[in-house]
Amino acid sequence: MKLPDLTELALRNLRESILRNSLTTIGISVGVASLVAMLSLGIGLQQMASRRLVKSGLFDTIIVTSRREMRGMSRQEERNGPNPGESRVLDEPARHEIERLWNVQEAYPDIRFQAELRYEDKPHLAMISGLPASAKSNDAFEGMQGTFFTSDAAAEVLLQKSFAEELLGKTPPLGSPDPDVAELAKPLLGKELVMLYSQRVNSPSPAPPLRPTDAASADAALGATYSVISREQKLKIVGISDLDVESMRGPMRAKVFLPLHLAESLHVMQGVDLREIARAAGDQPVYSSISARVKNPAQIQAVEDAIKKMGFSTFSIVDASRGLRQFFGVLYAFLGIFGSLALIVASIGIVNTLVMAILERRREIGIMKAIGASDGDVKSLFFAEAGAMGLLGGVVGVVLGWAIGQLINFGTNVYLRHQSLPPEHFWAVPWWLVIGAILFSLGVSLISGRYPAGRAARLDPVQALRYE
Amino acid sequence: MTSSPAISSGTAAIRSENLCRHYQMGETIIRAVDGVSLQVRAGEFVALLGSSGSGKSSILNLIAGLDRPTSGTVVVQDRDLASLSRQELAKYRLRVVGMVFQSFNLIAGMTLAENVELPLRFAEVERSKRETLVREAIDRVGLIARSHHRPSELSGGEQQRAALARALINRPQLLLADEPTGNLDSHTGVEIMDLLREFNRQLEMTVVMVTHERALAERYAQRMIFLADGKLVDEQSNPPAAQLTTRGGHS
Repeated sequence: MKLPDLTELALRNLRESILRNSLTTIGISVGVASLVAMLSLGIGLQQMASRRLVKSGLFDTIIVTSRREMRGMSRQEERNGPNPGESRVLDEPARHEIERLWNVQEAYPDIRFQAELRYEDKPHLAMISGLPASAKSNDAFEGMQGTFFTSDAAAEVLLQKSFAEELLGKTPPLGSPDPDVAELAKPLLGKELVMLYSQRVNSPSPAPPLRPTDAASADAALGATYSVISREQKLKIVGISDLDVESMRGPMRAKVFLPLHLAESLHVMQGVDLREIARAAGDQPVYSSISARVKNPAQIQAVEDAIKKMGFSTFSIVDASRGLRQFFGVLYAFLGIFGSLALIVASIGIVNTLVMAILERRREIGIMKAIGASDGDVKSLFFAEAGAMGLLGGVVGVVLGWAIGQLINFGTNVYLRHQSLPPEHFWAVPWWLVIGAILFSLGVSLISGRYPAGRAARLDPVQALRYE
Repeated sequence: MTSSPAISSGTAAIRSENLCRHYQMGETIIRAVDGVSLQVRAGEFVALLGSSGSGKSSILNLIAGLDRPTSGTVVVQDRDLASLSRQELAKYRLRVVGMVFQSFNLIAGMTLAENVELPLRFAEVERSKRETLVREAIDRVGLIARSHHRPSELSGGEQQRAALARALINRPQLLLADEPTGNLDSHTGVEIMDLLREFNRQLEMTVVMVTHERALAERYAQRMIFLADGKLVDEQSNPPAAQLTTRGGHS
């Protein structure tokens, strides 16, 4: 029998005992719905977790350093890579080149320096770091008091809470509970800090220094020179971060944060300037490291390889996310098994329905055989009926599962709002799950249909026709 | 036992030799067909007569390829049915044999036209050709106005005519009828018998009919074969004169 005829006859037979077949199909739908609901919960949770990780900036950032730093993360690289003396300098053109790489969202220099900060005329030493504007959406600043920088070049400053404690002279004894950030923020927000730093000034002929402290001018091969001048910068405290210094990653590990553009424009003398004295005297600044943020953390390795090819050393935390994927693999398996249980029950329903249909349609099967239907025709017909129920049940089930997910998501978010927590989207039904669930349902139904279809095909027509 | 001179002449459409069909019923063996040898010529109209349990329907099922013999052979149009596979037997039933039953055996959920169309679906005839074939067949049995009725909406005679239309849709050479008038009143029965004869004469189909009504067999069949206890007990040719006395309104 041809497929259109088969489909037509199968659907006709399904309509003939509509109640029983509908109930069976609903059974399959519920099974598929539970499978879809379970798996989409797992997928949603994973997406939520990886969203958090991306936000934390741990997994989407590659730290690029020059090989000249001789800080390569692997010894292999050091042996195989170019001679450090011949390798590239991490300067502005290099940063542009990295930023233009595929999948790179931004590449910004890591500016970190030590400086003296005066608050109410008392000096404090602190590590200061430049923060890009994109850090605003960073998880690290979630519990922050105050606001983020108003612009990328504003004369504003964010303080880490332990530094705030220091400024207020309230450093708690070791082991005591952390003070409340809000309390620390109250007296500090809006106040002014004065930062004293050393500026590097490129000059063929050194500019007249205001207060020359250190005559670190040196003649390079090109005859260029630079001067180091002490400067002051007034900064307004706009926010206090709740962040623990220990949890911060390399370049961001600091107690005081400035807007990145401001930090760049200050041309603060950095450690790398001394090592690269010959180049630092040129027009372009030299960076000790650059942070490259990728758009898709899953493809971080490709970007890393591309940067390595450019002649730099790189570092990223890829392995940590691998462990996470493993955990979710196990979670999927569990959720999938529980979700499938309902579908297995439903498949028994299919077997039952079709076996009943054989008993009921014995005579009809006999007639069909008497007028020339082959075993294959009868078998295909029952298969088609099982398949149609599976397909329909699968489609309805996916819709149902999606609806259940939306409902639970909605309910949870109402609860989260009551707890004054931000809403989360932890439910995801990707298209592959939709198609996969429907195909799975079809497959399970066809397997369930095998036994009844085989039985129907083997039916003896003489006995079937005698049966009243 | 007189052997008919007709058997020796003409080509044999059906030939059985020492045909047996035994059923195991617990301890006892039921010999439904027990060593029947017979021949039917192509284009012949033969009636199998006997009381209930005489084995006439069992022989018909064996000829139809619905059942397989326990021993002996049945050869239809040079095909030894015992040697055919299940697949080949299904094809044989589809192409070579048309069957009608006492209880009509139409599929209740389908309209008359759909019932008639069903063998064409199994034969994988193209959709475009089917409609005309179905129309022709239904027209031949005079039911064109009832095409879209379900069997439950038809009278017994109409149902049997629909079954006849279904039996001839694939143009088989052999028409097997198992008590075709058994569920009909005598007037409707005669109408059905006229149709059978029409197919026999106009379409040159070989007809084998099982019946226990001797009068009908005498009026329509060219030859009668009598069975008892699964054995062939007598054969009798009807004189052409007997057939002439019947009405031939449908031809």
